[in-house]
Amino acid sequence: MIRIKKTLHNSTLKNNPVLRQILGICSALAVTNLMMNSLIMGLGVIFVTGLSELTVSMLRKHTDKHIRMMVQVLIIAWYVIIVDILLKLYLPEISKALGPYVGLIITNCIIMGRCEAFAQNNKPLDSLIDGIASGIGYTLVLLVIAFFRELLGFGTLFGYEVLGSWWTRWDLMKMPAGAFFMLGLLIWITRSLEARKE
Amino acid sequence: MVEINPLIILIAAVFTNNMLLSNFLGMCSFIAISNEIKTSLYLGQAVTFVLTCTTALNYVVYYYILVPLGLEYLKFIIFILVIAAFVQLAEMLIERYMTPLYYSLGIFLPLITVNCAILGASLFMIIRKYGLLQSIMFGLGSGIGWTLAIVAMAGIRQNLKHAPIPKGLEDIGITVITIGIMAMAFLGFSGIVSIQ
Repeated sequence: MIRIKKTLHNSTLKNNPVLRQILGICSALAVTNLMMNSLIMGLGVIFVTGLSELTVSMLRKHTDKHIRMMVQVLIIAWYVIIVDILLKLYLPEISKALGPYVGLIITNCIIMGRCEAFAQNNKPLDSLIDGIASGIGYTLVLLVIAFFRELLGFGTLFGYEVLGSWWTRWDLMKMPAGAFFMLGLLIWITRSLEARKE
Repeated sequence: MVEINPLIILIAAVFTNNMLLSNFLGMCSFIAISNEIKTSLYLGQAVTFVLTCTTALNYVVYYYILVPLGLEYLKFIIFILVIAAFVQLAEMLIERYMTPLYYSLGIFLPLITVNCAILGASLFMIIRKYGLLQSIMFGLGSGIGWTLAIVAMAGIRQNLKHAPIPKGLEDIGITVITIGIMAMAFLGFSGIVSIQ
């Protein structure tokens, strides 16, 4: 139990994949204009990371060293297809808004990175938890960026109006540049906090 | 199929719909490699080459094999396999016939398989319903746009080395913010053409 808690803490906060390791920001930024999109994308990534790590870990003794990258990519792609089909079926609107970025979960470096760094050498249960934790860490960052972008850019949160018509919408936040600035600021803040702690 | 002049797609992919600055694709290798102008130019060339060829290949595979068989949902797996196989093949051919080029480009080729810009271009091509020539131009334009962005970034980063930057913002933080400013600068092109 303690071990599980430690893995959770390490992978979500201490080694946050986006902020600490700068992995997976390709897809992290594109979907952060609205909180709903980010949440769904995050859930998709949690699902794919968790289950791919579980599968990779279960197969780790049966896969040859030379083909393991290929096997990992195929496993990840398989779960991404499941996510894509589920989204198309139950949330067609959001599936359309996310567009190619669902498919791009495959090339999200977090998943490959964790499979290679953790699942290759650990037991299936630990790997599952590590995958879910990394996914949660990723989702948290997405949600924080999306919170500010949606609030300042549209005046809404999850589509509900929060700031009334008195609020001048920041068009910058709707544009890609806003996402880059938010991520830059977030990295700055976390790094400064850490430096102070040390 | 949409009716847009392929040349317009090419220009739009370079300037107004830049893969990196407006679609956030290819960020991982972008941040890791953009330290030196020369290396980023090589990487950009490799990406452009692979992007152009794989969009064409994936177009043929998707519309002539997957669609007739009704297997569109397999496109993620098939695309990534085509890209990986193509990169492997290109690597071998370049090593065999263009040895000097291999030594400058070779180490970057394996990296490209996991560059999201490559897979992203193929997926955009399907979503936007481009024809074959349009897809090739889109791939070429995206590659050129990506190269333009990474070379510009490398130039800026070389000068940033000597700038006094706040502690927490060093390296990656300032890079991300610089990309933001570049994205805003590229907005200036938005009047020229627009696709989508």
